[in-house]
Amino acid sequence: MAYSDKVLDHFKNPRNVGSLNKEAKNVGTGLVGAPECGDVMRLQIEVDEETGTIKDAKFKTFGCGSAIASSSLATEWLKGKTIDDALKIDNMDIVEELALPPVKIHCSVLAEDAIKAAIKDYQTKNGIVAEQTAEAAKA
Amino acid sequence: MKRVYLDNNATTPCDPRVVEAMLPYFTEKFGNAASRSHPYGWEAEEAVDYAREQIATLIHADPKEIIFTSGATESDNLALKGVFDMYRKKGNHIITATTEHKAVLDTCKHLAEQGAEITYLKVNDKGLIDLAELEAAIKPTTILVSIMWANNETGVIQPVKEIGEICAKKGILFMSDATQAVGKIDVNPREMGIHLMAFTAHKMYGPKGVGALYVSRKNPRVKVTAQMDGGGHERGMRSGTLNVTGIVGFGKAAELARKEMDQDMARISKLRDRLETTLKNKLEEVYINGDPAHRMPHVTNMSFKHVEGEGLMMTFNQRMALSSGSACTSASLEPSYVLVALGLGDDLAHSSLRFSLGRFTTDEDIDIAIQSIEEGVNHMRSLSPIWEMYKEGVDLSQVTWSPH
Repeated sequence: MAYSDKVLDHFKNPRNVGSLNKEAKNVGTGLVGAPECGDVMRLQIEVDEETGTIKDAKFKTFGCGSAIASSSLATEWLKGKTIDDALKIDNMDIVEELALPPVKIHCSVLAEDAIKAAIKDYQTKNGIVAEQTAEAAKA
Repeated sequence: MKRVYLDNNATTPCDPRVVEAMLPYFTEKFGNAASRSHPYGWEAEEAVDYAREQIATLIHADPKEIIFTSGATESDNLALKGVFDMYRKKGNHIITATTEHKAVLDTCKHLAEQGAEITYLKVNDKGLIDLAELEAAIKPTTILVSIMWANNETGVIQPVKEIGEICAKKGILFMSDATQAVGKIDVNPREMGIHLMAFTAHKMYGPKGVGALYVSRKNPRVKVTAQMDGGGHERGMRSGTLNVTGIVGFGKAAELARKEMDQDMARISKLRDRLETTLKNKLEEVYINGDPAHRMPHVTNMSFKHVEGEGLMMTFNQRMALSSGSACTSASLEPSYVLVALGLGDDLAHSSLRFSLGRFTTDEDIDIAIQSIEEGVNHMRSLSPIWEMYKEGVDLSQVTWSPH
């Protein structure tokens, strides 16, 4: 199976690889997937508490090229977004951007799950009720 | 850029000497080996007879015991279905193993739908079946034991001689898929008590599209019911115009293998050992899958912990060809069933690569492989959250994962 140029680009030059201090109050960490499934993503966001926007995002991923590209792209998209806008990122946006074939759609789902998990972790740490924000996102 | 091919268990290139032997049979010697009435047919038949002899010599068999097919998958199908149809009145029970090739497993599944009872033997952590378990599984209705000679993914060699002895003692037919063994190591079905044996040309530097089934003609004389009806070729067991060109190439490949196998394998196993030893020295958490003491000399299956195999391959697949035990392309994300059968955790199975060397593998190829794997594994580990957790001393078995 041939990968798209965009997947290859993210795979060869992954953006925002690394770790943020997971103990910091303004950092949210999402760890999704499982080693026995062949992919694990850890995605972290650092939120500017003044503005409520995501000022930094980092990832590390164990998985195939599409999983790495999906998480790399997700961190690119997250930077500069508000939490509400970040929650609007849909896995199909990732599929479209990276031209993922049907057998790789689960990689984009995992990336969306990682974003949601990181945001939830941040909100839990800061006593924000997640449902309200999700409602706001839909509105 | 020089490309490196380490996927010889998938297929081998044709040896140029094989191609040379085949060429006249495309053009001037194009006859149908079944045409009895003119020289075109005669020379084709002569060429087929000669190839049959070359192949029989390689496996120490009688030329009449070689049935030509389109490849090992067809040979496996013909052996299993043909025996089931022929001996059904004696019983319906077939014994095989969980690490067999899909050509055997899926055929068994098909036969189960036709009323066969199939026992799948487990293997131990080295990939070997348990002989006591085999013996205990045999019952009055057992008609066939089907155990491969050497495994395609791990190269593990089953105790075929001992299996043959058990089958002989119980008066049961023994079939072996020897696709990965013939032409690489000395294979002698009669000595091992094998009655039916599948193999193919393209794993031994011959062309694709031609294989054979060895069918024992004495002690006992075995017959299989044809699965293809037609002109009654191949002693009535496999109809269809013979692929003369392919058979000529198969014969030449067998002759070359017989002459060169020992020196080829002595050289290749040294390269394989160097690849393994160097990678184990250069990288942490590298595991060899399958029994190193009972293994084909040209194969190594290695797991690089906390790195996903398909992603790892992507770091070098423009310049190096090999196979991964991780099937991230399937919807189910199932890793190799062979490695799982060895008891590898799914995480190690997902982290595995199979290297299969061959006649044309060079020292330089191994240098490139070592460098590519070292760089690839280090790159992937720098991206891997579980490698980071492992390095921090996190007990990964205690982490709450979210399987999907």
